[in-house]
Amino acid sequence: MLSEKNLHKIEELKKSYPTSQALVLPVLWMIQEEHGYISEESMKYSAQLLDVPFGHVLGVVTFYTMFHSKPIGKNHIEVCTNVSCMLRGSEKIVELLEKRLGIGLGETSKDKKWTLSEVECMGSCGTAPMLAVGEEYHENLTPEKLEKILSDLELK
Amino acid sequence: MQKLILPNIPGLHTIDVYESQGGYKAFRKALGMKPEEVTDEVKKSGLRGRGGACFPTGLKWTFMPKQTTKPKYICVNGDESEPGTFKDRQIFEFNPHLLIEGTLIGAYAMGVTTSFIYVRGEYGKWIRLLEKAIADAYAKGYIGTSILGSTFSTNIVVHKGAGAYICGEESSLMNSIEGMRGYPRVRPPFPAQFGLWGCPTTINNVETMCNVPLIIDHGWEWYSKIGAPKHPGPILVGISGHVNKPGVYELPTGVPLLEIIYKHAGGVPGDKKIKAVIPGGSSTMIMRGDQLEGACMDAESLKAAGSSVGTAGLIVMDEDTDLMKVIARISMFYYHESCGQCTPCREGTGWLWKILKRFEKGEGRAGDVDLLMDIANNIEGNTICALGDAAAWPVQSMIRRFRDEFEKRVKTVPPRMEQEAAA
Repeated sequence: MLSEKNLHKIEELKKSYPTSQALVLPVLWMIQEEHGYISEESMKYSAQLLDVPFGHVLGVVTFYTMFHSKPIGKNHIEVCTNVSCMLRGSEKIVELLEKRLGIGLGETSKDKKWTLSEVECMGSCGTAPMLAVGEEYHENLTPEKLEKILSDLELK
Repeated sequence: MQKLILPNIPGLHTIDVYESQGGYKAFRKALGMKPEEVTDEVKKSGLRGRGGACFPTGLKWTFMPKQTTKPKYICVNGDESEPGTFKDRQIFEFNPHLLIEGTLIGAYAMGVTTSFIYVRGEYGKWIRLLEKAIADAYAKGYIGTSILGSTFSTNIVVHKGAGAYICGEESSLMNSIEGMRGYPRVRPPFPAQFGLWGCPTTINNVETMCNVPLIIDHGWEWYSKIGAPKHPGPILVGISGHVNKPGVYELPTGVPLLEIIYKHAGGVPGDKKIKAVIPGGSSTMIMRGDQLEGACMDAESLKAAGSSVGTAGLIVMDEDTDLMKVIARISMFYYHESCGQCTPCREGTGWLWKILKRFEKGEGRAGDVDLLMDIANNIEGNTICALGDAAAWPVQSMIRRFRDEFEKRVKTVPPRMEQEAAA
């Protein structure tokens, strides 16, 4: 389920925390990074690995918005619509994204290439409007800049 | 004012440049002092927390028990999720060693064995920058065992969040580090007695920790003279919304809001008038544009103006802003982020949003404004943590200061009667 490198990292991390339960978030992050999402099977695996109940892991996965319990598109586009972005035109960005990708907020395209999510403040208020693709922030968006981002992603 | 937290020095994020600029000098100095002297210095400086509550930092540190057999912990709060706030991100990117140094001094003063820096999961890129800085500090012997030849040993660990605003609430943050859902805890017991894993814990904001090396380096007297006397020091003001130059500005506390908007952020595009300002992140009380004269970015001044400093995340709205849309969006945020433990917040935030959506569409009903106020008043003060208050305050202040905006959106004729009249 997890690579040797990550299993080694878990052993190292155990030294920093007094309980193995504290590693639930780090382990779930590793699983999501390796597999793209956190399946029921991998939740059971994490529970066993850390000696916590499966229900506990499930509870954690469903609580945090960044953990996905279902597969998502290859490019996960997260667009902020909170106040600072809204004041600087995030609605227009959402409209363009929906039109261009042919999916609505919270949807994944049929070819599994795109997932579009509306997110809360990402800490880019001074460079609004913004969107993130995975960990990459794209800020001070304009329609032209947006088109460039999407066409670059299409080529990948 | 000379910039102290985010000075414009190329390469400052690297340990070599940081050291060449006098970095870790304050930590060395602290190691030569008694731990209680360090705490005393911070206490006398007047430093108040930069995470929103403006609580005196030195005083908070004295709450940590001196005689205990349990390990002690620090949590550095870098969850930074308050809408309108984007300052800690600058610290992770441009001056991470200042944060590490401040944390180390705090750890020494309180006898802490491990400090956890909790960073929001969305900041993956900045977490890696911070982790690199920490690894470099370990390699140079600033963190670890027998630091710089002393008897003091301590560790720093970065803990990555996973997308939950509530984890910026200190007790929820601790539960998140413990590997649980981010549910806030009932207090008392307070973290200094019963924190992480039931051990004494102090939680400080990222920016707060960055002020500590300045105090130790220059002395409390020097620090206490910066900015507003009762809330001194440099403060990172994040300004966003309708201004020409949005961004983070390091300014002394007590700077007038109008100076921030017009002098630093270049004024409002198209020279439009300001309709409203949220001074410190979306949970602080909204202010009218014509109320800004004399209001300054410090705890006392903004309290007198009927708001608060919060995280100093200033959001400016020009005269054409649809405030119903703004308040509906803010309420949607709190509804989404409520953890669901307390009934008033779990249910109330949803009701607020639902009713505000009606106003956004121009379909407010007679009595809705009073209903909103009633719901907000019943959330405020009736929940385990401050998220309930944070959801109530924007609505309450919006009604108090912009009641006319709500009334303009009340549909006086019920829709059915309108249809009948048309028929």
